[in-house]
Amino acid sequence: MSGSVLFDAPGPNAIRRSRILSIVFAVVAVAALALAAYQLWLGGAFYQDRWDIFQSPDLWFGARGLMVGLRTTLTIAAIAAVGALILGVVFSILRSAPSKWVRVPVTIVLEFFRGMPVLLMMLFILIVFSTGAYWAVVWALVVYNGAIIGEALRAGMKSLPKGQRESGLAIGLTPLRTTLEIELPQAFRIMLPIILAQLIVLLKDTSLGYIVGSPEIIRIGRQLVDFYDRQGGPYALSMFFVMLAIFLAINITLSWLVRVLARRMAQPRRGGPNLDGSKTEAIPLSTQAMREVKDPQAEITRLPGAGMGGQG
Amino acid sequence: MQALLENWPLWLQGMWMTLLLTGATTLFGLPIGILLAGMRVSPVAALRVVATVWTEVARNTPLTLVFFFTAFVLPKLGIILDFQLGAIIALTYYTSAFFAEAVRSGINSVPIGQAEASRSIGLTFSQTMGLVVLPQAFRSVLPPLINVVIALIKNSSVAMGFFVFVLVSVAHRLSNTYGDQALQIFLGIALSYLILTVPLGQLVDHLERKWSVQR
Repeated sequence: MSGSVLFDAPGPNAIRRSRILSIVFAVVAVAALALAAYQLWLGGAFYQDRWDIFQSPDLWFGARGLMVGLRTTLTIAAIAAVGALILGVVFSILRSAPSKWVRVPVTIVLEFFRGMPVLLMMLFILIVFSTGAYWAVVWALVVYNGAIIGEALRAGMKSLPKGQRESGLAIGLTPLRTTLEIELPQAFRIMLPIILAQLIVLLKDTSLGYIVGSPEIIRIGRQLVDFYDRQGGPYALSMFFVMLAIFLAINITLSWLVRVLARRMAQPRRGGPNLDGSKTEAIPLSTQAMREVKDPQAEITRLPGAGMGGQG
Repeated sequence: MQALLENWPLWLQGMWMTLLLTGATTLFGLPIGILLAGMRVSPVAALRVVATVWTEVARNTPLTLVFFFTAFVLPKLGIILDFQLGAIIALTYYTSAFFAEAVRSGINSVPIGQAEASRSIGLTFSQTMGLVVLPQAFRSVLPPLINVVIALIKNSSVAMGFFVFVLVSVAHRLSNTYGDQALQIFLGIALSYLILTVPLGQLVDHLERKWSVQR
């Protein structure tokens, strides 16, 4: 905590006190963990017969194995991410259309999509369009995240200097081409960290497929537990730990990537030198957007710009 | 829509459960979140580590997996909970991390010059926090906290997959019985969520507009 402006640099006494507190707390925390582990050990959680199934290749690579579930999870996330990006671009263009007759209904529809749980949308698509669980999950994720990304891109376009659009129109581009070629690419760059963060949330949300019945990893894990429990000790706890490890590994890596990217983009990008040797102006980045991204896992329901902001 | 109107006690039951989960989770999760946020800025290293691990693990685990733990793993360990209680525990664990991050980002959003200025006019740590930083932090904390609650209302729907009868379950059950009215039923349930989330969202907008002017 050196360098905090909130209090003076700690003297020798304060340093000793905080070190003692730290050690005491660490001992208490370790003791609590050890107690929990001991209880689990008494219950047999670490006996070999709770973990032996993980040595069988069938559990990992069989036709209904964990890796197949993981592949489904990742495939759904990938398809939905691409779809959501495309839909997001379409939404953002419609949302900032010049005609009120387009803009207002689209705004209401977007608010509608963002205000309900994704799970409800999955069930709706599953039951009303009878697409099957897999595609219900994909489509619901596309629509829900498309609405959020569309809103992000709109906020990004709104944060651009007015001159960008004006100069696009002035050199004779049509309004649509100005949006597509001048405004959207810049909005995309400004909002990239937010969009990537939302894609991580999308990946986590694929696990809702468990409820509607798409064969993603948690559902597969549950089926494997039910299957192997008939042959031996309860495997639910060990399966939980394995799935937790898989998700933590993927999500923490992705969050870290987003954070690195956000930090890199927070530094203003400079183009090459001008003809007279002076540096070009940096492209302005939305500071609000950068603030958001310190939290790549936040489930963004509302976005900066136009009196909105924060995450939730 | 008629199916919904005819089955209003069912709707009420789902609505009540959604509100109960949201309310109970906020009640338990918010204090834990504030505690975690405090631990993360504390001078004691061990507290910081524990709080960081807690928030990172909770935020990177899908909510479904947390529910899997309370609904299927805990009973195998001999801890048999009521499904509603299990849902509240799962949501509280998951949401506490988001509450913590909202509080922390709120505290961090107070410009550092505020603390520097109050320190340089001779205020102590507690005076700086109590008179200068926290009152301002409260303003910037409230909107993101409400956003967390909005997300929580939507997240409570996951409890449906784990034997708790929430609003989504109403849509599921009724659309099975009244297949021909599925569209209206889902629309009605979606609107039921919107009457919870939209006013809260507007409150956030209002608070942000009102308070951003004053700084």
